[in-house]
Amino acid sequence: MQGFKTVAAVVLSLTASWAYAGTTLNAIKEHGFIKCGISDGLPGFSFADEKGNYNGIDVDVCRAVAAAVFGDPTKVKFTPLTAKERFTALQSGEIDVLSRNTTLTSSRDSAMGLHFTGVTYYDGQGFLVNKKLGVKGAKELNGATVCVQAGTTTELNLSDYFRANKMKFTPITYDKSDESAKSLEAGRCDVLTSDQSQLYAQRIKLAKPDEYVVLPEVISKEPLGPMVRHGDDDWFDIVKWTLFVMVNAEELGVNSKNVEEMKKSTNPDVKRLLGVEGDKGKDFGLANDWMAVVIKQVGNYGEIFERNVGLGSPLKIQRGLNALWNQGGLQYAPPVR
Amino acid sequence: MTEPIPTPVKPPFWNNPQTRAIAFQVIALVVTVAFGWSIFENTQANLRRLGIASGFDFLSSPAGFDIIQTLIPYSPTSSYGRVFWVGLLNTLLVSALGVVLATLLGFVIGIARLSKNWLISRLALVYIETFRNIPLLLQIFFWYFAVLRAVPAPRQSLSLGDVIFLNIRGLYLPAPQFQPSFGWVIAAFGGAVAASWLLVRWARSRQLATGQQFPALSVSLALLFGLPLATFWLAGSPLEWQIPKLGGFNFQGGWVVIPEMASLLLALTIYTAAFIAEIVRAGIQAVSHGQTEASFSLGLNSGMTLRLIILPQALRVIIPPLTNQYLNLTKNSSLAAAIGYPDLVSAFAGTTLNQTGQAIECIAITMTVYLTISLLISLAMNQYNRRVALVER
Repeated sequence: MQGFKTVAAVVLSLTASWAYAGTTLNAIKEHGFIKCGISDGLPGFSFADEKGNYNGIDVDVCRAVAAAVFGDPTKVKFTPLTAKERFTALQSGEIDVLSRNTTLTSSRDSAMGLHFTGVTYYDGQGFLVNKKLGVKGAKELNGATVCVQAGTTTELNLSDYFRANKMKFTPITYDKSDESAKSLEAGRCDVLTSDQSQLYAQRIKLAKPDEYVVLPEVISKEPLGPMVRHGDDDWFDIVKWTLFVMVNAEELGVNSKNVEEMKKSTNPDVKRLLGVEGDKGKDFGLANDWMAVVIKQVGNYGEIFERNVGLGSPLKIQRGLNALWNQGGLQYAPPVR
Repeated sequence: MTEPIPTPVKPPFWNNPQTRAIAFQVIALVVTVAFGWSIFENTQANLRRLGIASGFDFLSSPAGFDIIQTLIPYSPTSSYGRVFWVGLLNTLLVSALGVVLATLLGFVIGIARLSKNWLISRLALVYIETFRNIPLLLQIFFWYFAVLRAVPAPRQSLSLGDVIFLNIRGLYLPAPQFQPSFGWVIAAFGGAVAASWLLVRWARSRQLATGQQFPALSVSLALLFGLPLATFWLAGSPLEWQIPKLGGFNFQGGWVVIPEMASLLLALTIYTAAFIAEIVRAGIQAVSHGQTEASFSLGLNSGMTLRLIILPQALRVIIPPLTNQYLNLTKNSSLAAAIGYPDLVSAFAGTTLNQTGQAIECIAITMTVYLTISLLISLAMNQYNRRVALVER
């Protein structure tokens, strides 16, 4: 009977630990690092350099969250995921946060049981074609063969767009963005469709980037941002506010270089942001100055944008919609107070 | 004085081996059921806690995406349930073609491997050792990314008599357009099949009874081809061909074999044929050499010996492992996802799963389908095996 007791105990403890797993934040603190899901190689968003270090906006978001929780932006374990794998990985707890140029949509927020924490990049879907085809606009693409990544909003928008314009197309659906790019180069497809930022990123990976052009049309709204699971509000708040802190910092003129100096500022907004006045940081269950640490170690939103995808990067993307709200863009963060 | 024989003490019931055996079975069953139930309960509880939708309602909501190859009518407004059937049919298509082609190729190579011609047997050996020792996924990539990427762009297509075209988008074939009266041709073919079957039966029974031979094979071949052709001509050639034409970006019209399908089929066929060849060789070698010698001494030539003496006996050894290869081929077809062929795994367990987020349902359905297909293949092959198996009289 001893054997049965042991088995029963094992079964009970196994199931118990499944059903009542602690909160994500506690689990993260216990592990000592954040498990972050990123894309499988997209310059400017998450891309490994020659030394194997990950760079990009999506990567920096996770680093910023690590800085907020641990005061150390290196305490992140990155997991590259294909578009198909990403939601299951987050739902199942394989990762704590998904920062993988993922579009906010109603069904992902509801039926999939996930929360978007904010918008890191306002994007829209476009088309990348070979200049040799002589196509000037998306309306000329009737009958084209289109490469698209499986399991994306892009795949759905593509069908909607062609249907709405009464045009036909042949889709080729790949799991990995690299395969789509290879197929475009080989001529298997005429057009590669994806979010415009990704098209620019894909283009610099092609052998002859100059032979390809991004068509002017933007056929969809693609607000990209990090996601967490439902049912874990403390963790959701931290990820959400890490992004808001970075946007607020840019708006208030605080950056990674001047953050120590700005602590002496007389502006009450800056004082609250940097944890000099009040205990806004503690309210999150973190160190009171975590916002200052995030800015110091990772930077404000503008810095992240410029170094990864902006004019200081190979992608050379204008701020456009991603400028601050008071500079003609959409980036707007609620106040720290 | 003799000791009274002590009455045997009945051992306690827990020491009774039979009781123990039953008890352990019951315990094992209870633990298994409890474990399964707890997994089910946990999944349900966790799905509820995380607010993830569950159930199979999603199968009736519109899919919203396009699929490159559909054997049944499909549009983005079709449901996810339709996507399932599209994916399943694509899987069955490539598996069925693969099984047929791999069997044909495998038997040819397997017999060639035993050829007395040194060159032929060595060539077969090289084929077998090469293709069964390279991972299948690599072979799929080889055909897709290396071979089929080397063919020209649509505007520089290779053409055969300006009706068949080959380019990087696929192999474009003329599509038959059947007119209503084509039904007569099909009926004629059906009649020819029935007639030849009767003819062969009659010829066999006559040979058994009288020893006289009748050229049944050539007569039935003539029937099978001649009758439909004659009807076709009499019905006024009720068949037109739609020739693919270059228009815009691609060829329009006709039938197209997409490179995704071609490379998957090539890789599956060539890989599995190598294994089948070895199975065939083993089966033939399992037939004692005395059978061949006996056959030759009865005056049968080597072709007849192979067909009438060796193969029927070899099949008994060949069928069971051959079933395994058919199962493997079908399951391996799920590697399609790697090159964008829209099979069940790619279209349903991939895209649909991702668009709906209902991983458990999609994977459960997909696994059930593969299990069902495999069991059906097994069942069919076991039936066939029973027919060819040695019957003791």
